[in-house]
Amino acid sequence: MSVEAFNVTSDDPTRRAPLVLGDHDFESITDTVCGVVEKPKPPVAWYIAFTISSLFALLFFVLLAYLFGVGIGVWGVQNPVGWGFAIVNFVFWVGIGHAGTLISAILFLFRQKWRTGINRAAEAMTIFAVICALIFPAIHIGRWWMPYYMIPYPNQMGMWPNFRSPLLWDVFAVGTYFTVSLVFWYMGMIPDLASLRDRAQTRTRQVIYGILAVGWRGSQRHWHRYERAYLLLAALATPLVLSVHSVVSMDFAVSILPGWHTTIFPPYFVAGAIFSGFAMVATLLIPARQWFGLKDFITLRHLENMAKIILATGSIVGYAYSVEFFMAWYSGSAIEQFTFLNRSLGPYMWAYWIMVFCNVVVPQAFWIKRIRCNVWLMWCLCILVNVGMWFERFVIVVSSLANDFLPSSWDYYTPTFVDLGMLAGSFGIFFSLFLLFCRYLPMIAIAEVKRTMPQADPHYHSAAIGVED
Amino acid sequence: MDESGAKEHVDRGEFPGHRTASGVLAEFETPADLVRAAVRVREAGYRRWDAHTPFPIHGLDRAMGIKDTALGWIVLGGGIFGCLLGLWMQWWTNAVDYPFIISGKPLWSLPANIPIIFELTILFSALSAFFGMLILNGLPKHHHWAFSEDRFSRVTSDRYFISIEASDSNFDIEESRALLESAGSVGAKVVWEREHEDKLGSDNDGD
Repeated sequence: MSVEAFNVTSDDPTRRAPLVLGDHDFESITDTVCGVVEKPKPPVAWYIAFTISSLFALLFFVLLAYLFGVGIGVWGVQNPVGWGFAIVNFVFWVGIGHAGTLISAILFLFRQKWRTGINRAAEAMTIFAVICALIFPAIHIGRWWMPYYMIPYPNQMGMWPNFRSPLLWDVFAVGTYFTVSLVFWYMGMIPDLASLRDRAQTRTRQVIYGILAVGWRGSQRHWHRYERAYLLLAALATPLVLSVHSVVSMDFAVSILPGWHTTIFPPYFVAGAIFSGFAMVATLLIPARQWFGLKDFITLRHLENMAKIILATGSIVGYAYSVEFFMAWYSGSAIEQFTFLNRSLGPYMWAYWIMVFCNVVVPQAFWIKRIRCNVWLMWCLCILVNVGMWFERFVIVVSSLANDFLPSSWDYYTPTFVDLGMLAGSFGIFFSLFLLFCRYLPMIAIAEVKRTMPQADPHYHSAAIGVED
Repeated sequence: MDESGAKEHVDRGEFPGHRTASGVLAEFETPADLVRAAVRVREAGYRRWDAHTPFPIHGLDRAMGIKDTALGWIVLGGGIFGCLLGLWMQWWTNAVDYPFIISGKPLWSLPANIPIIFELTILFSALSAFFGMLILNGLPKHHHWAFSEDRFSRVTSDRYFISIEASDSNFDIEESRALLESAGSVGAKVVWEREHEDKLGSDNDGD
């Protein structure tokens, strides 16, 4: 099958590669995608994956209870490394989300029709990644019962938050990002939820999908406004997604710490975010297309395109690493120079070189077409990219804090089992949510995929009368 | 024309069982058929009618004579509101109501306030795009008469429909149905308002 599919999607300059394989008509697309949700039982692999991921999610909540009961002393954070795993995980998860918005918004504006096969799942991934991200700063504040202090509301103390703090910019940037991503995702899903409603066999499904579909009846007058709203949301989400990780990077760049205080951070973080996000999309979709029989929609061509984006953004990230070193040397600042030498050759050099290997060396393999088209090899490489991008945030956060201006306060940061367990647990939450999404919501944007098919063009039938049907 | 159209409403009474028509619903098999029929319906002078499709069809807006939506202006308004809100909120809270003195910097310095102004601009624009779309479309809507027709459940899969509302001044049960049939429909049906018993029995789609 994969060889066959490969042949169909290979580069033939005389025609565009088909976006949907397997001789589908509109009805069979609806059947295939809704069938995933309507089957009485998901595949066995789903049960196994969900059991494992929900156990890790459970671990997260157990550790959360422990953290709430005892305090953040159970983490490895200390003086001078006050930002440990919590902030590393936050930056990592926010970054993961970026690929979803890139696919749904930026590729939409660029009229990249291949995005329709993967945008729904990628957007879902964004929502779940941002949920994981938002947990960490909320619990990292220590007084976890007081995160509402970050919200500007009139209070009895007559106090307001400091809007000139990048940490508060984060609240607004990530909060806006979550809200807009959710709206975009949900709005895109309304026509497909209506498909599920119209096919529902049980009363429960009819009611639930009926409510979610808000009475959608495919009216062309509605589609007209819907499409405009979609275009506007894409146009709004594009600068938004570029701003979010820029703002996150300003948490670092606006400080005066060597290794953080650089102007390259915003673009460097955004490229890294897209890089890690695409790797995560591939990590999720390669098994999902296999388990749920969606290979006709998420074709090798889609995966190959993602591999190319991973290669491009990975190279940008590699370039950013080298520019950081150049700027440290060029600045003439001894402390800045020390910071970067310390990063690559100091106590955290193991983390640094894992990062360089995974983020700079590994994606270069995607220059080779055979590797881009070998699905499971690509999957393994994408996992390495995820590992590398987590380490990038670890290196940035920890190495700069551990060895700052005053050598007498230097210390080595070691995570505790709570740190490690919460990191693993956040993956559990993420994968559990994604598996639930696969089971209960349309994984492929049905209406959008149909629209990209040649049959959707009103001129198609008149041009080929007698051929169709 | 209008007057005779208005008279047709009386015709509803002649059907037994106090049934009144909600409208005519016609099914089409291909986008091309639908677009051709849409031109016919528009040219026949109907105003309260609609096409229903599983996905937006290229060129159908023009065939139906749909006017451009005002949604863009609503979004612009939302964006301007968010921008001004961000500007005012930061200025009033940090420079007026509770002056923050940090590192001897001026109380009001715009560059540090740009990120939040930007985020609120995007937030309010996006929310007005979404809710504006829903409100202009009259959604969420609990029920529409087209859902009473079983075949209509395929509108979200692979069939195309045109509905003409009985409230249209040109509406005539027979004429409207004949128009849709002659326009290439594979089945044009009158949908009746349901009896009270039915309404109590179930009010879900396609039942």
